[in-house]
Amino acid sequence: MKHISTIAKTERKSTVIGCAECQSSCQSACKTSCTVGNQTCKQEERINNTKKKETL
Amino acid sequence: MRLITHSFPFTYKGETFYLVYHPYSNSLHSVDRKAYLVIKNKYEELSPQELADFSALSDEDVREIEAEIAELESQGLIGVDVTFPYKKSDVVKALCLHVCHDCNLRCKYCFAKEGTYNTARDYMTEEVARAAIDFLIEKSGTRHNLEIDFFGGEPLMNMSVVKSAVEYGKARAKEAGKELSFTMTTNAVLLNDENIEFLNREMDNVVISIDGREEVHNRVRTTKSGANAYGAILSAARKFRAVRGDKRYYIRGTFTAYNLDFAADVLALADAGFDQISVEPVVLPPDNPMAITSDKVGTVLKEYDKLAEAYIDRRANGKWFNFFHFMIDLESGPCIMKRLSGCSAGCGYLAISPVGDIYPCHQFVGEEGYRIGNVLDGSFDPSIRDTFSEITVNNKAKCENCFAKYYCSGGCVAASHYYEKDLFTPYGAGCEMMKKRLECSLGIYAVEKKYNEKR
Repeated sequence: MKHISTIAKTERKSTVIGCAECQSSCQSACKTSCTVGNQTCKQEERINNTKKKETL
Repeated sequence: MRLITHSFPFTYKGETFYLVYHPYSNSLHSVDRKAYLVIKNKYEELSPQELADFSALSDEDVREIEAEIAELESQGLIGVDVTFPYKKSDVVKALCLHVCHDCNLRCKYCFAKEGTYNTARDYMTEEVARAAIDFLIEKSGTRHNLEIDFFGGEPLMNMSVVKSAVEYGKARAKEAGKELSFTMTTNAVLLNDENIEFLNREMDNVVISIDGREEVHNRVRTTKSGANAYGAILSAARKFRAVRGDKRYYIRGTFTAYNLDFAADVLALADAGFDQISVEPVVLPPDNPMAITSDKVGTVLKEYDKLAEAYIDRRANGKWFNFFHFMIDLESGPCIMKRLSGCSAGCGYLAISPVGDIYPCHQFVGEEGYRIGNVLDGSFDPSIRDTFSEITVNNKAKCENCFAKYYCSGGCVAASHYYEKDLFTPYGAGCEMMKKRLECSLGIYAVEKKYNEKR
């Protein structure tokens, strides 16, 4: 494409499934202002936080 | 058909990145300015200047861009938003144990009323803690990963019960074939060597409250006698950080109207040697001088931009740290059920008061009409849980067309209750800040990805 470049997209499979094993506590969300997108998926254990070495 | 796509510019060191975010597919597109105008015109509203620029585009450019949009639409990567069905569950998987309704600090913005939550200065007994753990295991169904957060007041003021609860919880979890994680939120006043060793060994995550710069912290977080405690707290927190290694912890600050230049507080915490930082807006009634009222939100949004630029710079120059609100995982992240339900207060997540009363979350403790039951006498009124189980982003009318809805899940239920007087109405000022933080997170992602690829 000339004008649009997709730089990230979520695998639909992992977006839709719900094992419900992810964190639910106030520590993982509420006491840090309910930013749900920041939470770790217990199945994959991957989040920017653990990508320390990949950042600049 | 509902269409949600958000186009926004993100500027780093004078370079503007035009970004397009599609919440349904969680995809991020980098576009040129012409495409930005065409996409924004299609899904949102252009500003007068943008409208003038859009009108000046050539027909050929518009046709090309529309063809690219059509291709992305056919792949489900732009435009369409379909309501994901939500699967209700009555399983409990996390408890917040209020082991102590007392505190050794007198923070001026404390929602817990000096740790008491408008109740007595009670301390949880071992009996109540054990009953709470039994309750969690019993209500957890087939869920494997369970959590207990030790909270207060100040939980270190009741360490004997924390220790016995950990011991009991580990034994009960083992019997039941469950994984039980413990966490604690503390002000660090009593964080001595013995407590550091215990917390480091037993806690999956530890949140330590420090507000940033010394003068900012001391203005709002003093001891009972009004004395400053910053020095001792910082020293204890650094000691804990030193032994913590790669295990999870957060330095958690609060910013108020007194420090709208809170980026300096985030950077001060990073300079103090912490690499996991969360500094968050206070939530207070508008008549409180510390409240982030609507007239101050614009200043806060600009401060997030300032922080984002400094954040990228530091991470690029050997001073890596993580700011909780700028974390984002666009390749995976939580499943859609989590994104719809958020913290699951009142259902999967409950709070237990020192006397064993059950509430939807720590912010509802002591709130009339929200006592669900008691872990000692076994009472449990499912009607409150049933109401809370309906509080998903799907059922919040104001969220329907919001691009951030799968990141905030409709926001904090307690803030909705206390400030909007309606469990299903998101807290307005919080929405604006949430949307800005998401834009910054996406912008940071795009900038870091570009510069990583160049290396």
